[in-house]
Amino acid sequence: MSSFWHWWIIVLTLANIAAMVWLIKFAEKRKPGEPAAHETTGHVYDDDLTEYNKPMPRWWLWLFYGTIIFSLAYLVLFPGLGNYQGVLGWSSAAYDLDVDDVEARSMYGREVERIEERLAPIFRRYAEKDFEALAFDDDAMATGRRLFGNECAICHGADGGGTRGFPNISDGVFSWGGEPDQIIHTITNGRRGVMPPHLSRLEGEEEKIDGLISYVFQLAGREVPNEDLIPVGAEQFVQLGCAACHGEEGTGNPMLGAPDLTAGDYTYGASAAAIRETILHGRQGQMPAFEERLGPERVRVLAAYVYRLNREGGIE
Amino acid sequence: MNHEIVEKNIGLMVVLIVLVISVAGLVQIVPLMFKDQTTQPLEGVEPYGALEFAGRDIYVREGCYGCHSQMIRPFRAETERYGHYSLAGEFVYDRPFQWGSKRTGPDLARVGGLYTDEWHEIHLINPRDVVPESNMPAYPWLAERAVDGERVQHRMRMQQRFLNVPYTDEQLDAVPGELEGKTEMDAVVAYLQSLGTAVSQRR
Repeated sequence: MSSFWHWWIIVLTLANIAAMVWLIKFAEKRKPGEPAAHETTGHVYDDDLTEYNKPMPRWWLWLFYGTIIFSLAYLVLFPGLGNYQGVLGWSSAAYDLDVDDVEARSMYGREVERIEERLAPIFRRYAEKDFEALAFDDDAMATGRRLFGNECAICHGADGGGTRGFPNISDGVFSWGGEPDQIIHTITNGRRGVMPPHLSRLEGEEEKIDGLISYVFQLAGREVPNEDLIPVGAEQFVQLGCAACHGEEGTGNPMLGAPDLTAGDYTYGASAAAIRETILHGRQGQMPAFEERLGPERVRVLAAYVYRLNREGGIE
Repeated sequence: MNHEIVEKNIGLMVVLIVLVISVAGLVQIVPLMFKDQTTQPLEGVEPYGALEFAGRDIYVREGCYGCHSQMIRPFRAETERYGHYSLAGEFVYDRPFQWGSKRTGPDLARVGGLYTDEWHEIHLINPRDVVPESNMPAYPWLAERAVDGERVQHRMRMQQRFLNVPYTDEQLDAVPGELEGKTEMDAVVAYLQSLGTAVSQRR
């Protein structure tokens, strides 16, 4: 702040307080010719209404002086007068992100430090635990539940059940793999899944489209809408390159995020209409990266929570 | 001076009242208009692009600020959930700012990049499709209404001319073309995705 505004604030603030003191003193003092306290003022309203000249109530007057004393004490202790930082050196938060020492001294910085100090041993204990053991640690899973509710539930649902377009991550089926390292990788770096559209090659080819749909139904062992078209579908599955990502058996490829087609339950729906839409127009899925937001310790706890959701019994 | 003089001269009383009530504003508001912290953009903060600008107007039109704040206070509980606390330099191109004062829904100051575009689209058309517990109203018409490029261009030009937002003339000339065929949904999503992205959410 320039020194002009520094002094502007100081002068106006202090002048204002001085004016308050003057005002109350002025109002308190009896002027010459004024009636004494508890006499009537001499005004007569509406024929017979008169008015006492009452002094200001003591409690109110002291309250007023009290606020003035409070404001002066405040201005000495806390930053309020221009660039003056106050005796306590208090600040709510650092404005300049690069000045770490201000951040550390600020109210916010101290609050974060205090809580992180308390949390550090807890997360250290989690970090030292074997992943499998972590997933069955009740404390860690309580932490995981909070993290999941805050960060994941908005897409994957509070129970991990997902919704159309956002994978169910509690049914044991993972497009990008359900091993600990794979889950950690997914949360840390995010994922971007792409199913290419095939409209240009299939437009008007109803038989081929229906064949593919039937073939996908058959892969999952479901009741096939049109059995006669399965061979057509099988041929298209190879010709269009479906097998390149989903595998010859349709079991998917977690390296590419290509879902297991034999699961019979898909992120974008398993009805014939949904599968048709997926094949013709493609799908684009994105899982955001949480590395910056959460840091490795929390990501690991979260991964253990997701892992546990898929283990027998899940989480109550 | 006497009470009576003030009480019987309404003009004088008006002047004195204005003087008294302007003190706080002169001390607390006026200096901020001349501080770099509040008038200069934070590094990485750019004026809104055409689509984001259009989305911002729709955000205001739909009254989103009634339930969503855009102001993360420096408390750990808030930064833990929403990301780094808000900084004055992030709002220099917000005219007017959308800080809001009530959180029926979550704070949106750093919602940019947190969810995918697709999530936002589904969520705006019917929030309960992705968050069953949500009590947010649905905004299905956003997907059907086109953005009026000329109007957005006019609004941006006003901000350039009267509020010194540093848009170049070439930038403004391109606005209607840029917004050709865009829906209000595209605009709102683009705006939401731009929120708070200048400050990283590091841990």
